[in-house]
Amino acid sequence: MTEYDWISLLQGALVTVSLSLAGIALGLPLGLGLALIRWAQVPVASPVVATLVSLLRAAAAVTLGLLVFFALPTIGLSIDPIPAAIVTLTLSTCAFNAEIWRGALVDFSREQYDAALSVGMPKLLRFRLIVLPQVVRAAMPALVNEMTLLVKASPAVAVLGVVDITRAAVRIGANTYRPLPPFLAALVIYSLVVFMFVLAQRLVESRRRRLAFA
Amino acid sequence: MIEQFGIVWHARDLLLEGLLNTFWLSALSAAVSLVAGAMLAAALMARNQLLSRATGVLVDSMRCVPFLLFAYMVYYGLPSLGLRWDSWTCGLVALIVYNSAYMAELLRGAWRGLPAEMLEAGHAFGFHGAGFVRRIVLPPAIFAAIPMLGNQVIQIIKDSAFLTIITVNELTHAATVLQAKYFMPFASFVSALLLYWVLCVGVERLVGLVGARAELRR
Repeated sequence: MTEYDWISLLQGALVTVSLSLAGIALGLPLGLGLALIRWAQVPVASPVVATLVSLLRAAAAVTLGLLVFFALPTIGLSIDPIPAAIVTLTLSTCAFNAEIWRGALVDFSREQYDAALSVGMPKLLRFRLIVLPQVVRAAMPALVNEMTLLVKASPAVAVLGVVDITRAAVRIGANTYRPLPPFLAALVIYSLVVFMFVLAQRLVESRRRRLAFA
Repeated sequence: MIEQFGIVWHARDLLLEGLLNTFWLSALSAAVSLVAGAMLAAALMARNQLLSRATGVLVDSMRCVPFLLFAYMVYYGLPSLGLRWDSWTCGLVALIVYNSAYMAELLRGAWRGLPAEMLEAGHAFGFHGAGFVRRIVLPPAIFAAIPMLGNQVIQIIKDSAFLTIITVNELTHAATVLQAKYFMPFASFVSALLLYWVLCVGVERLVGLVGARAELRR
């Protein structure tokens, strides 16, 4: 592998990381929104969301990507590969996030909620100050796990023609006729990316623990 | 829009063949990787430090690779080592090897959670080695891990969609062929997604049934 090959792999890594981060940034609040709709048992919307989440959880990222990229233009929404990739990753991760958020919300202790009610906290404040901080803490490990799963699902964007780590590695292998070195390099890069997420979670958690004891 | 689904219905044989291929690919990989995963789990829990460390590195590195990259490694990488398989064999081998690592990790987790008294009782009755793992550890460990194992099977079904990229004729591939033939991406891919959903809901139902049986047996 030449220097240029390494550069193109790292460019791929940049694409993988930014697409994943975009998917996470959009998928986390979207998932929370979906979970809240189910938690509050909004009529009509709640069963619709439940069906949608179940469908999306069963959807393979590749198939979803193909649907977004090829089907949206037929209803008049032409979409570039990069936004299509972000939409695909967001859709596939938000369904899992919704389930994680919902699990944390269901486990939330009723007493605290009632206590907040008893001191007359308005609904929004109750949610923001009492429910959300604890739900975030409870959901964090599962959410980070889902983030690493998202990174591992991200090569699906290859079918849209986006050049991420995996695709860059395939190209290098095709050019040099020696596919194994770029694949192994890609493996190392993916491991580093996944490790980065785990490390970030550990940092956040240990900081929070220090604050809690301080 | 409705006519498009009519065309899909008309050409349903194509999609159903893809569905059947996805089903067999996933079922076979699930079964084989469960067995292989059980062996790997035994290696992970082995008292021999070298064996358990080496297996640990192998399993962890599998869990860091995206499935597509691994499938490429098998498909493009093995020929340079002198092994030349068709895309079907490559896809199946990739699915099996990749998921064996995940199954091993799940079973190890369940093994760790078993009560120590039970394992000691097994030892006291003279079970050791493979017999100990097969008769004492695995039955309760597998029952305990059933929900997670079910999730992993769903993951296998979804991962098998990646195999369309190495030209395995599975469900997503069939949907791509369908959309290229009649140019109706929406109906083709939505139908494929619905069929994936049917498969996954089926797995969830099965997990529920087996879980209820396990509960009864206890």
